[in-house]
This record gives sequence, structure tokens and C-alpha cells, in this order.
Amino acid sequence: MPIPVEMPKMSDTMEEGVLVSWLAEEGDAVSSGDIIAQVETDKATMDLEVYDDGVLLKKVIPAGAAVPIGGLIAVLGEAGEDISGLLAGYDGGAGVAHSEAPAASTGDGAIQPAEAAAPPQTTETAEPPVLADAGRVKSSPLARRLAEEHGVALQQIAGSGPEGRIVKRDVEAAIRQAVPGRSVDPGYSAAALEAPAEDAFETLPISQMRKTIARRLAESKYTSPHFYVTVDVDVEQAVAARARINAKAEAEGGVKISFNDLVTKACALALSRHPAANASWFEQEGVIRRHGQVHVAIAVAIDDGLVTPVIRHADRKGLAQIAAETRELARRARDRSLQPEDWEGSTFTTSNLGMYGVEEFTAIINPPNACILAIGAIRDEAVVRDGAIAPGKRMKLTLSSDHRVVDGAVAAAFVGTVRSYLEEPLSMLL
Amino acid sequence: MAVLQFREAIRAAMVEEMARDENIFLIGEEVAEYNGAYKVSEGMLDRFGAGRVIDTPISESGFAGLGVGAAMAGLRPVVEFMTFNFSFVAFDQLVNNAAKIRYMSGGQYAIPIVFRGPNGAAGQLAATHNTAVESLYSYFPGLKVVAPSNPDDAKGLLKSAIRDDDPVIFLESESMYGLKGEVSDAADYLIPLGKARIAREGADVTLVAHQKSYWRALEAADRLAEDGYEAEVIDPRTIRPLDIDAIAASVRKTNRLVVVDESNPFASFSSEVACQVQERVFDWLDAPVLRVTAKDAPAPYAKNLIEYYMPRTEDIVAAAKKALYAR
Repeated sequence: MPIPVEMPKMSDTMEEGVLVSWLAEEGDAVSSGDIIAQVETDKATMDLEVYDDGVLLKKVIPAGAAVPIGGLIAVLGEAGEDISGLLAGYDGGAGVAHSEAPAASTGDGAIQPAEAAAPPQTTETAEPPVLADAGRVKSSPLARRLAEEHGVALQQIAGSGPEGRIVKRDVEAAIRQAVPGRSVDPGYSAAALEAPAEDAFETLPISQMRKTIARRLAESKYTSPHFYVTVDVDVEQAVAARARINAKAEAEGGVKISFNDLVTKACALALSRHPAANASWFEQEGVIRRHGQVHVAIAVAIDDGLVTPVIRHADRKGLAQIAAETRELARRARDRSLQPEDWEGSTFTTSNLGMYGVEEFTAIINPPNACILAIGAIRDEAVVRDGAIAPGKRMKLTLSSDHRVVDGAVAAAFVGTVRSYLEEPLSMLL
Repeated sequence: MAVLQFREAIRAAMVEEMARDENIFLIGEEVAEYNGAYKVSEGMLDRFGAGRVIDTPISESGFAGLGVGAAMAGLRPVVEFMTFNFSFVAFDQLVNNAAKIRYMSGGQYAIPIVFRGPNGAAGQLAATHNTAVESLYSYFPGLKVVAPSNPDDAKGLLKSAIRDDDPVIFLESESMYGLKGEVSDAADYLIPLGKARIAREGADVTLVAHQKSYWRALEAADRLAEDGYEAEVIDPRTIRPLDIDAIAASVRKTNRLVVVDESNPFASFSSEVACQVQERVFDWLDAPVLRVTAKDAPAPYAKNLIEYYMPRTEDIVAAAKKALYAR
């Protein structure tokens, strides 16, 4: 019996994976536990491990192709075995399973991500990685006609229809993006005219990560009614406290903390005091869930996107531990080696653009959180103290809240608590 | 304009035509003394007498064949089936004699006959009394098939069918006989066979639907409009000859087509429309032609199952959204 190898679900937000590279060749003997390929999900590049012994009979998917969960990737079996029946069961042999058939392979051939993820491999193939089916560009008849009429190459268009089919709206979008040709002086001969500037734009494939960012943040912004509350925090004492902590850490070889770690800690403590802000809107279940624990996600910018790894039980952790974990998660994020457990289950998120000199900004809520805190830069500012102008340090925090879950008074009370922790850092010890 | 029930519009068409041409007569089970199983022919016996409004025994093959013979002899019969499910025992008379005699006689005989009666489902009638026959009879060259969805079309089309020199299968519906609508009282109100009617204009998706399904399609168009999609609803009115030009023109505009039909799906009206559309306007299609039909099974009896079995408004909305790639 040939054994199918299907695209596994590697994270809770994954819908498809791109087969980045093959690590085994057709005809190779493989054993349970061997890694045969690497797959880029929306979050990380992960190893595919087989759980059966046999010969790799067929690589169904070329490197660079995207495959939905449950889609056929490869076939294992005995050398010379007939696999046509198995291929026919997967939509005529293409790597795309019927969409209503989720990956349910629990027996033979089931595979799952290997425990330790390898560092990502740069894709060396020149093939456009978002095409769903090797070589063949799927498009509606109308889309083909429109593309031909307007001189648009279908290969340059990402399809939004089923299985990546290019449909009318995709071609229209591509036509709109094309730079209009310059106006023509009728005095010149036609031969002297430049051809329409085909190189006037650059086409980038949409990565799995960008797809996920697009889908989740659009869903958040369109479905949760956002409102924003901004406070200006006096951080003079917090800056001084951090300096003392880090001087001590340096002397004793301990962990240095960042200002962001202080904000993480302040948010975590404030969340444990304001459970209404540590909540999620669950439309399907018809409930608002107030979380019994505080898991603070931190937005980390990486090449081509961002990820939000989580500091679990941040309210119960000391600053040194928060600092150490944050640094390790940020390293894994840049290496693209985060594992699902590193990013799943947050109850609140912070996003910090202070290091770029951004004074204040608003962030889009990271679902299913109810709130996200946007952290601005620390500014040296003239402040009024005891009736006199004095040098001070200030920082703006802007909380975005989902109004279905959190009302203005709750949001104001929560940021007020965050502010009081940062203005009196010693109070975080209480 | 007078407001008439569907049954009254059919009666008005027959009465007007019989008053105009004494070669026309009505024949069928219960059409005379009982005034029609569904009261379509109420009062016609009194008006035209037993020579022109004729009760028959339960013998569909016999009286359908009598009608074909009368048509060959120069009369213009209107043959009523109590339901078209019973036309199956007269199948040979319809599909071999009525449909082919003109062809096989080299045009020596015209067969100006109308077979009319209720078609398709009407609630819990169970499997053998539930068949929608338009796909079946439109299969045969030589037969015309008409399936109106409102009283006005019923009157104008039936008058044209009676005047047509070829056999016409004229399909009505038990559940639509009481349907009221404005009907033209023009002296000679004729709607040509083979002309579709655009019931609602829209730019986003075309819905083709007739008879009961037509009303479901209009409901679906309302629901789609709530979501910002404008559906164009086309009532073909005549199944054969089919006004494919009107449907193709609409698809050129909307780029998407959903065909609604209460026939079973295999080799049916809906598959015919889908085929002709892709032959004609392939390059204008932005999505596959989709169909909403009765399920591919004998009709169930249970109320919940027959409701599920028939094309439902929600099915049409879902198909339209699929064709629209609605997200």
C-alpha cells in the first residue's frame, strides 16, 4: 500500500504551507524519523518528518509550491509500487486535496513537525512560490481575455479565487497598478516610442507571513470596533530605576533589562488587576472570556513582517526573567525558529516603536486579544514641577481597545494603572 | 389590467381562443362536469358545450393519442393532464407521434396541439408525483416546452401555444394556480414563444430561473442586494426554443451565471444552459456556471426532506456568492 504524505497543520493559524526545499530524492530509502523536506508556514520554517519506512516514490509538489493543509506532498511505499490510485484520490494527482477534507491522517504516513526546527533556508528556486500548482497558472476565461487585452502577464498576478485561480478582480487590480504610459507627442514616429514601461514596478510574491498578517489584521480592524486612549507617562523614576538595576547587573554579571521589559511587567501587573481588559470576544460561543492568566505578547519586527511571541504568566515573573525570555524569543523570531507554543495563547499584546523615535501611534488589536498597547519614545521635555519649569522625561502610551469587550472607563482605568506602575516603579514590588 | 389568479389567466386564454376558433377543443380527465381538477376549466362546459369540453376516462395514452389524431385531421386540441406525472403513460403519443409526425410525413401533417397541466413538485406528493418534466420533454426535437411563472405570461404564452402549428408542452403548477397577478386585457394578448423576460436587472451575477424557482431566485436577489451584489434575474418562460441570446447577453455583462431548475440535475435544463453558455461566451466567464437543482434522487415524502430536496433560496444565494468569489 503506498503511503501518502500530506501537509500537516503546523500552527493554529496555518492554512497552507510552502514547500521550501526537498531534502530527499525520489528513489531514496527513508526511515521513520527522517526529515524529507522543509516547509514555510505563516510563522516559521519547519522540518517535515516521516513516520514510516519505505522508498520515496514521488515528490508530488515542486519546491516553491504552496499546498493547503491536507494536500498531498509525497508518496512513500515499496519500490515499483503502483501509486496511480492514490494520486487519483487527490484531485487528479495534483498536490491539492479537496478543500473539505482536512488533514486527518492519524495512521500510516502521518507526519508532524520535527521537535527541533532547523534554521530557515533561503529559497534558491526561481519559481514563483505562491503558484498553487507547478507551472500551470489557473485563471478564469474572462481573466485570460482581460489580461491579454491589457498586456498583463498572468504569471505576474496572484490569484484570489479557489486554488489560486486568477479571476477578473485580480486582473483589474493588476491593470490599476500598472503605471500609465506617458503622453505621446504626435510629432515623433511610432517607431521611436518607448514600449509601455514593463519594468516600472516590482512584483513581490506574497509570503505566507504577509498573507497571515493581511488576513488577521484586516479581520481585526474590520470586525472589532477599535477606540484609542493615550496617556503621557512621567518616566523619570523608571529610567533611573532601570539604570540602577543595569549597573548592578553589569557588576554581578546578571541580566540587563530594557525599558520595554519594565512596560511588559507594568502591563502584566495592571492586567491582573483589571481582568476586564485581559479578555477575548468569542462571537461563535456567544461569550466574552476573561482569561485566568496573563500572557503578554510582544510584537517583534523581522524581515518581511512581524511576529508576536508570548511571555507567559508575565505577572508572576521577575524583571530579569522577563528580560531573558524576551531576548531569547526575539532571537528565535529573527532566526524564524519560533515554534507554535512560542506565539500561541496571548491575552494581551504590546508594540514598541519608541526606538525609531516615534512619539505616539495606534496599533491594530492582535486577535483574539481585547487590547494592544502602543509604546512611544522616551522624550526629554520641559515639565512644570512645583511651579517651575524643569527637565523631565515623558513617554506616551496608546491603548487600542475592542469596544465589544472593553469600554472607555475600563480602558482609562487600565492605562492609569500602567502609568502609576511606571511612574512609581517601586510599587511593582508590592 | 385585471388581477387574475394563474388558473383564471389560463382559463381566459382558452376561452378567448375557443371563442375565436371553433376548431379548438379541451379534453381531459374531469375538465367538463367537475370544472377541472384544479378548477382551471370552470364554466367552460356551460359555455362551449360537451362537444368542445370533453371528459375522458382515466386513459392518458388513449386521449393523448386521440388528440394527436384530431390535430392531424385539422382540429386544434388542448389536452389537459391532471398532472404531467400521468403523461408518462402517454409518453409514446407525445414523443413519437406528436413530436415526429410532421417530420416523418415530410411536412404533410402539422400537429397543432397543446398538452397542458401541472408540473413538478407541490409539497408532499412523494416520488412518483413530483417530477419536473421540462428537461425531459425539451430533449425531443419537435416538441416546444413552455413554463410560465406568472399569470400574465401564462395567458399570453398559452394563446401563442394554441395558435402554434407544432405540439407544445405547456407546464403549470398546482402550488401556483392561486397565484395572483396583473394580466393584460389587451384584445389579442400574445407573448411569442422563445422570448425570455429580464425580471430584474443587475450587473454582478445572472440568475436564470422559471416557474416556482423563479420566485426563489427573486428572493435570493433581494438577499444578495443586502450584501451589495446586484443579481440579474432572467425568466426564460419558454424552455424550448430557448432564448439563449438573452442569457448570453446577460452573462457578457455579469460574467457569472447560476441556473436554478427543479429538475434533477443530470442531463437537464440547467446542464443544457450551462453547456450553451460556455460554448457561446466562454471568454466572458469569470467563474464556472453553477446550478441549483433538485437533488439527484427520487423526491422524498417527509416535509423536511422535500424542502431540503428542492432548490431553496439559501442555496441560490450560496451559489451566487460562490460564483462571485464573495469573501
